[in-house]
Amino acid sequence: MSVTQDDFRAALLDAAAPVPAGLTDGAGAPAGRRYNVYRNNVAVSLREALHEGFPTIAKLLGAQNMDGLAGIFLRRHPPSSPLMMLYGEAFPDFLAGMPQLAHLGYLADVARLDLAMRQSYHAADADPIDPADLAALPPERLVETRLTLAPALRLIRSAWPIHAIWRFNTEEGAPRPEPGAQDVVILRPGFDPEPHLLPPGGADVIAALHQGHSLGAALDAATGRVPDFDLTPTLALLLQGGAIIALT
Amino acid sequence: MSNTMKTLAVAGAVAAALVGHATTASAQAKEKCYGVSLAGKNDCAAGPGTTCAGTSTVDYQGNAWKLVDAGTCVSMEKEGGRMGSLEPLDRDLPKS
Repeated sequence: MSVTQDDFRAALLDAAAPVPAGLTDGAGAPAGRRYNVYRNNVAVSLREALHEGFPTIAKLLGAQNMDGLAGIFLRRHPPSSPLMMLYGEAFPDFLAGMPQLAHLGYLADVARLDLAMRQSYHAADADPIDPADLAALPPERLVETRLTLAPALRLIRSAWPIHAIWRFNTEEGAPRPEPGAQDVVILRPGFDPEPHLLPPGGADVIAALHQGHSLGAALDAATGRVPDFDLTPTLALLLQGGAIIALT
Repeated sequence: MSNTMKTLAVAGAVAAALVGHATTASAQAKEKCYGVSLAGKNDCAAGPGTTCAGTSTVDYQGNAWKLVDAGTCVSMEKEGGRMGSLEPLDRDLPKS
């Protein structure tokens, strides 16, 4: 091939750019039309990847709007990794920066949820602790204990009802979202990630634990914001979701 | 909150969470159940670049699976007397 990779790549995401000179097919004939087919496939496959990777956004916006946005995004943010399953990391921030979408304030956070679900799916496996190990610790040790959380855990905090929006667009017959802030933790107890709505303060606990703070310090983080905070539901969620993988 | 209060609060929460865990743990075991998912509804969240999520094109496709509570798969009866299976099935495959 008498074309440099830079030239080949430069015209790849710009349908208006001229076909790089010097492309030939196997018989030595010019291969301009083949390049056009290839160029089209690149854009279409990235667009499909975004549709698949952000199913809730695609549903909220409709296929046509999603196509248009994806077309802009894939040219501004071509893949930085050949692993297509991870493509679209910049999509939530991209949505947040689109003035045409400014009236849909929740969109970027819902996209973060879609992305986090996918990242959770592809995160490393980890065996959860035996709950008996936790039960065996005396109270004064428990309060100092640090919990290592599973690599598949993802925490998304939002000023919007992202869990309700996700459910409404995913589950048949789910209730209509009501206004209000919602924090979500994604856990992956088996093969598939599941988003769970957290009680107020729950995200403070998980964030503190994730930063390596003890159970006592994590409780402080939540009671600082929610005075009558009860640690039980959040802890039960982490246990049921197989999200605690070590005690230190 | 005093340190004693905090110690008690944490211990109480752990104990309560563990009790809840014991009663729900049995619902956690899942098995792959073939032949019960509707077209495009087979379980998989692998996303782009993979070919498993929602790719079943025929209702109750025999080689597409959905996670169901363990033990419930083979008792699951679907339209036309179709039954779930723990092994991939030959029936209802998409026409190639």
